[in-house]
Amino acid sequence: MSAEPVEEAASIPARRRQAEEATLGRALAAIAGIVVAWNALLWGVGLWERLWWLALFGNFVMVVVAAERVGRVVPPRGRAAYERTLAFGFPLLALVAWELIVRGGILNPLWFPPPTRIAQALWDVTVNFDRFSETSLIGRPWLIPEKFGAEGWAGVWSLFAESHVWATLGRVFAGFVIGSIPGILLGVVMGVNQTVRLMLDTTLSAIYVLPKIAIFPIVMLMFADPFGEGPKIVVVALSVFFLVTINTMAGVRDIDPVFIMAGRNYGAKGLSLYRHVIIPAALPVIFAGLRLSLGTALIVIISVEFLRAKQGVGYMTFYYWEVLSPEKMYAGLAVVMAIGVILTYGLQWMQKKAMPWQRG
Amino acid sequence: MATEAPPRIVSRDVTKVYETLRGPVAGLMDFSLDVGDGEFVCVVGPSGCGKSTYLRMLAGLDRPTSGTIEIRPGDDPGKPLNSVVFQEYAVFPWKTVIENVAFGLEMRGRSKAERTERAEYWLERVGLRKFAGHYPHQISGGMKQRVSIIRALANDPEVLLMDEPLGALDAQTRIVLQDELLRIWEETRKTVVYITHSLDEAILLGDRVILMSAHPGRLLETYRIDLERPRTIDTMNLPEFGELRGRIWARLAGEVSRAMEQQE
Repeated sequence: MSAEPVEEAASIPARRRQAEEATLGRALAAIAGIVVAWNALLWGVGLWERLWWLALFGNFVMVVVAAERVGRVVPPRGRAAYERTLAFGFPLLALVAWELIVRGGILNPLWFPPPTRIAQALWDVTVNFDRFSETSLIGRPWLIPEKFGAEGWAGVWSLFAESHVWATLGRVFAGFVIGSIPGILLGVVMGVNQTVRLMLDTTLSAIYVLPKIAIFPIVMLMFADPFGEGPKIVVVALSVFFLVTINTMAGVRDIDPVFIMAGRNYGAKGLSLYRHVIIPAALPVIFAGLRLSLGTALIVIISVEFLRAKQGVGYMTFYYWEVLSPEKMYAGLAVVMAIGVILTYGLQWMQKKAMPWQRG
Repeated sequence: MATEAPPRIVSRDVTKVYETLRGPVAGLMDFSLDVGDGEFVCVVGPSGCGKSTYLRMLAGLDRPTSGTIEIRPGDDPGKPLNSVVFQEYAVFPWKTVIENVAFGLEMRGRSKAERTERAEYWLERVGLRKFAGHYPHQISGGMKQRVSIIRALANDPEVLLMDEPLGALDAQTRIVLQDELLRIWEETRKTVVYITHSLDEAILLGDRVILMSAHPGRLLETYRIDLERPRTIDTMNLPEFGELRGRIWARLAGEVSRAMEQQE
């Protein structure tokens, strides 16, 4: 008896979907018609080439309309797949449009080399060793067995040492660790202790807004080898340090006092209060700070490598600009983006491990 | 009867004064209250009467400006003097339900086995056994407050301090939890100081109801509640209950409107 109305209710969205499905074909055909008519109109009056961005904007709007129309018939079970298709399908579509527009001679391939040529360039810098700068993109890992056989671990190390990606990753990682650990410690102290906070807050905020790349020359002077790894890592660490400190402080100050009271009332004191209450309560904001500073670290290291490096993804990008090889320059940019995405996902993974209590 | 044994809580002329830019403001004035062993005392008053401040000072989370508060330790020195149930639950979101319940025991260095056993006993008592591994965001407000209450009970304190524990719950959940509190108290007979702004709740639960005035908070009147135990939710339907409520409310109503006028 009681199951009946529930079943009926369950069939309502299904029936709605069926009705939408019945008209889907016609709707999509109409949308396709509009797209064709719109482009033909611009083409016919000879304006497509000059107003290609306007044409593409119109097409974009119609793609959105079509995707939403399809979205209405997607059953709940197919929802995840539908969302993935949108998230990854659209960038793919944009790449195809880019390719076609450059090949059609509308955009200058010197500024905007087509994606296929960039992919080709990416392949080139990956498999080939650049004799002039004595580098390769990822250090040709397929040579590891051969090098190991010939020169042992030193050979394997020489492969890592020739890599742009490993050079950049190493600097980011070292700077990130060296900057974030003291940053978290100082941030917690400033969040808990009002005296320390009042004394340091103004100074930190002032240094925080300073572009860290502007400190780079001074940092170089402090090192015996100004062109070595030291100054590069320190600049990354500095930029990470201030961001993490300020965020950690905000996170600790934002803790609901009732948690501190509960912790103390139930016997937490000293270190155990930090371990069981203060740190976990501030952790979401601390991680937000870490994520921000990871992005900043990448920006800083690429800028530093533009300025002063013999290796690294930033160096590679700038180097191929100097020798006017735009495909390879774009390849460098693509690698920077890939590093950014991978590092961010890595941090998100860590966040999930560190905070299993967070929803989602 | 209860007066023969020395009182569990002795507070004398407790005063709390806050320094503000506009000069000192008294939150609590010359508040004296003794609570006997195993007594359930409810404190009622308009908002701003300092009842939560008093509870915090009882819990040792705040210090009186003058006056003394003392909780007499029991025979077992390992027992904590007091445990607080907060209005905002204050259940730690980063700990599972069972970790929250066992928190006090963990802080006092009890073994893992003992912690688990005590926590599971209390979870069973309030029907939360199968939520032991859940995180607080996965359970309802009423369940969170149950966790908060049994976190205090599992700690087995000399005195249980409750600061409007049911204030944030909806009316139905509240009734269910009042009933549950009555049942648990009948069995444990803990000394309880219970802050509430609900007169019904105070009469239903308490052996004594303390009425407070606002600005500054002072003790206004004490009412002994002689309703028969064990009580249940149905106790509220007794004619004596209504009579008591009428009598106390007549005194409280004036205080509430005076407090509201002062706030404007």
